[in-house]
Amino acid sequence: MTTVTFGVNGTSHTLDVEPRELLAFVLRNRLGLTGTNIGCDTSSCGACTVLVDGVSVKSCTMLGVQADGAEVLTIEGLAGPDGLHPVQQAFHDHHALQCGYCTPGMVMAAVSLIEHGDATSEAAVRHGLEGNLCRCTGYHNIVTAVMDAAATMGRPS
Amino acid sequence: MSATQARRYIGEPVKRREDRSLLVGTGTFVDNMTPLGTLVMAVVRSPYAHARITSLNLDAARRAPGVVAVLAAADLAEDWKAAMPCAWPVTEEMRNPPHYPLTDHPRYQGDGVAVVIAESRAQAKDAAELVEIEYESLPVLVEVAKALDAGAPLVHEELGTNECYTWVLETADTDQVIADAEVVVTRRYFQPRLIPNAIEPRAVLAVPGLVDDVTLYSATQIPHILRVLVAATLGMNESKLRVVAPDVGGGFGSKLDVYAEELLAVALARRLGRPVKWTEERSEGYVATIHGRDFVTEYTLAATKDGKITACRAKVHAAMGAYLQLVTPGVPLLGAWIYSGPYDIPNYSVTFVGVFTNTTPTDAYRGAGRPEATYVIERTMDALARELGLDPLELRRRNFITEFPKTIASGLTIDSGDYVASLDRLEELLGLEALRDEQRARHASGSTKQLGVGFSTYNEMCGLAPSRILGAIRYAAGGWDAATVRCLPTGSVQVITGTSPHGQGHETAWAQIVADRFGCDIAEVEVLHGDTSIASIGMDTYGSRSLPVGGVALWHAAEKVVDKAREIVAHELEVSAEDLEFADGVFRVKGSPEKEKALKAVAFQAWAAHDLPDGMEPGLEATAVYDPPNFSWPGGAHAAVVEVDTETGDARLVRYVAVDDIGKVVNPLIADGQVHGGITQGIATALYEEGTYDSDGNLQTANMLTYLVPSAAELPSYELDRTESPSPTNPLGVKGVGETGTIASAPAVINAVVDALSHLGITDIQMPATPERVWRAIQEAKS
Repeated sequence: MTTVTFGVNGTSHTLDVEPRELLAFVLRNRLGLTGTNIGCDTSSCGACTVLVDGVSVKSCTMLGVQADGAEVLTIEGLAGPDGLHPVQQAFHDHHALQCGYCTPGMVMAAVSLIEHGDATSEAAVRHGLEGNLCRCTGYHNIVTAVMDAAATMGRPS
Repeated sequence: MSATQARRYIGEPVKRREDRSLLVGTGTFVDNMTPLGTLVMAVVRSPYAHARITSLNLDAARRAPGVVAVLAAADLAEDWKAAMPCAWPVTEEMRNPPHYPLTDHPRYQGDGVAVVIAESRAQAKDAAELVEIEYESLPVLVEVAKALDAGAPLVHEELGTNECYTWVLETADTDQVIADAEVVVTRRYFQPRLIPNAIEPRAVLAVPGLVDDVTLYSATQIPHILRVLVAATLGMNESKLRVVAPDVGGGFGSKLDVYAEELLAVALARRLGRPVKWTEERSEGYVATIHGRDFVTEYTLAATKDGKITACRAKVHAAMGAYLQLVTPGVPLLGAWIYSGPYDIPNYSVTFVGVFTNTTPTDAYRGAGRPEATYVIERTMDALARELGLDPLELRRRNFITEFPKTIASGLTIDSGDYVASLDRLEELLGLEALRDEQRARHASGSTKQLGVGFSTYNEMCGLAPSRILGAIRYAAGGWDAATVRCLPTGSVQVITGTSPHGQGHETAWAQIVADRFGCDIAEVEVLHGDTSIASIGMDTYGSRSLPVGGVALWHAAEKVVDKAREIVAHELEVSAEDLEFADGVFRVKGSPEKEKALKAVAFQAWAAHDLPDGMEPGLEATAVYDPPNFSWPGGAHAAVVEVDTETGDARLVRYVAVDDIGKVVNPLIADGQVHGGITQGIATALYEEGTYDSDGNLQTANMLTYLVPSAAELPSYELDRTESPSPTNPLGVKGVGETGTIASAPAVINAVVDALSHLGITDIQMPATPERVWRAIQEAKS
């Protein structure tokens, strides 16, 4: 066991984790943050995407011990006190989710894409979301939602 | 607008109420639930596609930390009162060798041979590694096309053959009509084996109760059917089994089954007295969850020289896999009546031969039987058009069914449709002339990026299904569905549906239907589903059935409630029921509209029951069970525009245009979403996905790295429209939409790829049209 301290959604946690425990399992099984879904075992699907220090990371590609000292944002921490984050709202408005299993990872990847200024065109959004698989929507409405959210977030408030 | 003026919801793009919890990370997927004391199950699977276990040593695994139990096939033999269920013995002679959750004679790679139960997932997985098994490997058969060859390895030696069944549907003289025809085109097609890949892997949690009962939470499409069959297989009193399908992360048919892990979890929870959970790993799912397709089809169209089609004939060999799952043998039959497509073809012949192979069992995957039919029809329509020197759309137009209802040669009756209207609209949207000009320009310039346009005009039978027809074709269960509508005394409405959504948005769409009928605000209608202790009867969600069967049951239940309320109001106002009209949630006396009573007030009155008509039961609720009189018959026209790189063989979709006729639409936002997803799975079949085995039966595409589920980067946005021929067989006029896109799209894409290369003399590319296949076809055509 290794003791690690890291922040999740603004709360600091100190945990003893097994060196082999993936961050995805630490979040789900140790912290009860089951919003981060696991959809594969080859880092292909992106369902478990979270932000680590503001960068999107498939939490199955990272060990829990590697999160020591980091600040992690999961889907549970995205909506503010005023309601849904613009990406969540756009997903709702454009029917960009059906079964909803890929959604937390897709939303977190989209947030990162937009915040890094990379959601500049339909082609850029499609390329930027390449690592996140959805089997229900055919991506059509996801792409529309991300473009819409990018416009909303780029607008001065 | 007066206070009682109802909003109209049907036909409106109402945003989904399901979304919020899924968007903020509070979904109730099975793996998110871990009751106190939960044990974790791991399944040890055969690495061999066909083998006999010669020795088994479980001691080391049993001694491993945290392990509670390790069991092999013989240890659990007494727990099964029946073999794993197949509900569709398609012929009396069909061979159905018994299959149990664990075996000592695995017949496909991934067949379960032992199970480990431990305190944690890591401990269960560690201990599974310590299970020592020696196998004697046996001869392996993987190819459908070789299954019936003399000397082919036998999947089930005791049967003496790999044939599961032969099933025939034909009109007299079809062979003779084909023999005498002016023009005959016969083509042979391979349908790749597909791996469904719902993004939520399967998961099961069985929780034993205090009164010899068990609650089974499962990522399933079919909680009701599952309850019946788990109880039967384990010999349980059905009343002691509650099945819950909480949030379920997609299915596409892969969660329409009774799986070994569901049976194992319930059996072990009962034995151990503790909750038992199993969560599939994705790569495990590649071998342990059903596959789809894997057909070889020879398809023939016969026609006159002026392009009137006179006969169609399909000879299909379909992979069952190693065993029969819930509806494995019936999958080809789901397309059996539509091998003539939307065309008026008087002579008809379909022969299905189901064969066993040493592969993961196949079963229903999105479209189930109908994509396989549409693919061979639409590819062969293009081949026939080339043979006749006709434009492919002109050939289609000359043969469309144009009058409805139409009893087709296969014997069913298409209730409604307008195939001409869909194709007309498609042509408008597509701008075909400009595309042809561009295509010719690229031919002329010798561009390395050739353009192709492909079409698919289709129909399908869905809305499964009239129970009498299901009985006639030997399916074990009915095709009805049920709904309860309950007006609560405080004025809100509770809807209980027998459908079991896993992404389809029933909570929103069903509330739209009831809110319109009751003239109430949609927020007042709550929709409950997916728990057999709440929705005690139902037939679940598959085969594009939920709206045309379950939604119609709901409509009837709402009607019953209105009828009962009408009797109560008539009694109170001392008028006859016929003198009352009901609109916007209020009953009014005809001619005296000041005498009125709101439905919500009636709900309280019915609950208090102080002054009900003599003999009337208190309460305002009704249940309706609806058995559809016919299948429903969507149809439409799709076009794909592809760009093929003649140097690399890479075929990319540039545009995809779809015009579908799904009858009346309750929620266009949801309907479009279904079409988007359906189209994508068909495109994936055409260009990307194929499950392959090596000759030893090792699945070569055994994870998401080697099996290409397309991402956003491979796909374009879609251009959709609809034409509308309401179904006359149900009061909502609806037809179902879940499978249309998948049924229509694959042939449109391949027809487009072939069109892009037809100037080289290429007439066929096998699915999926990977860069390698396309490149090879180009090289062969050049040499």
